[in-house]
Amino acid sequence: MKNLTFSEKLGRFTVSWIFLMLVWIAFTSTFASQELIVGVFTTMVIALLSVRLFTCCTISIFNPVKVFWMIWYLIIFLKALVESNFDVARRVLTPSLPINPGIVKFKTKLQTHYSKMVLANSITLTPGTLTVDVVGDTFYIHWIDVKTTDPEKAFTDIAGQFENILLKIF
Amino acid sequence: MSILEIIGGILILIGSAFLFLGALGIFRMPDVYNRLQAGTKATTLGGMSLVLGVGFLEPSWMLKSLIIIIFIAYSNPISSHALARAMYRRGHYPLIKDKDKEKMDAYREVVPHKTKEEEKS
Amino acid sequence: MTYIIYIAFIFMAAGLIFSAIRFVKGPTAGDRTVALDTLTTIGVAALVLLGYVFQRFVYIDVALVYAVLGFIGVIVIARYLEGAL
Repeated sequence: MKNLTFSEKLGRFTVSWIFLMLVWIAFTSTFASQELIVGVFTTMVIALLSVRLFTCCTISIFNPVKVFWMIWYLIIFLKALVESNFDVARRVLTPSLPINPGIVKFKTKLQTHYSKMVLANSITLTPGTLTVDVVGDTFYIHWIDVKTTDPEKAFTDIAGQFENILLKIF
Repeated sequence: MSILEIIGGILILIGSAFLFLGALGIFRMPDVYNRLQAGTKATTLGGMSLVLGVGFLEPSWMLKSLIIIIFIAYSNPISSHALARAMYRRGHYPLIKDKDKEKMDAYREVVPHKTKEEEKS
Repeated sequence: MTYIIYIAFIFMAAGLIFSAIRFVKGPTAGDRTVALDTLTTIGVAALVLLGYVFQRFVYIDVALVYAVLGFIGVIVIARYLEGAL
């Protein structure tokens, strides 16, 4: 992992502190002052210890344009999730099991580890696909109903809509 | 019945139906990758929807329900990916109905298939 | 409302039975682990719904801890099957 400058560290620390504090409030489900004070110190220590490990982005994640794209991503993702569930339901309830499985691959333009992880998780939850492995920038996808084995076409079919938005966020 | 109760009841029904369909998919599908496909997707949406429904029925539980929902949506794909990779590296290759087996299995270039002699040793 | 919860529990019980059959039948360790993962998710959902039925907030905490432990268990089994543990 590359060495971080002080300002990068400060940005990552702030972002993870804010998110951990939100999680703390959700866990305790209260705004009592003693809980909040303990929470501030606990989350600060955790954020300091994990500054090189977990956080993905600096303070620029709160940019309104990025927040808008994140919400849009969430909407598209939920739509794909519901579609994929009806797809599974159709396949499971058909007596003849209409499947034609295989593993296809494609390359992505995403650079950071975190964005690749988000893309891989989204692909697993979209209709008929399951991420088997990510090697460098190549994704290996188990497809329950293979329509094409050409990497370019598979990319536009499976991940095109997600990657366009992720490139704008990360 | 208030509007929140109606929404919660519908979400609970949808969620339990998808949980059932996921389990049925695990029962019916022919090999481990297809089982993972059915199991992951259906149980993820089923669990999310059911927990959200309970959050609507009891609005003071909403925050904790949201934490469970986020955790389910985050952890299910990761565990299914880990399982799929482990099974491939262990030597359980996916069922392929198509005639062109080399072309339909692109992951072969990363993890070469074991031959019969290697499997015995 | 009571009938909706009855129907939901019937669905979940049927799901538990189907995945338990897969858990017993196998045939490989991976199939059993997939069934275990599904059993965990259905169990979490059932715990949350039971918490609503009995009006006990504690059940949600139990469900959360069960979800975390089930996830870690599946990851550990997967790493073991891969031979990396």
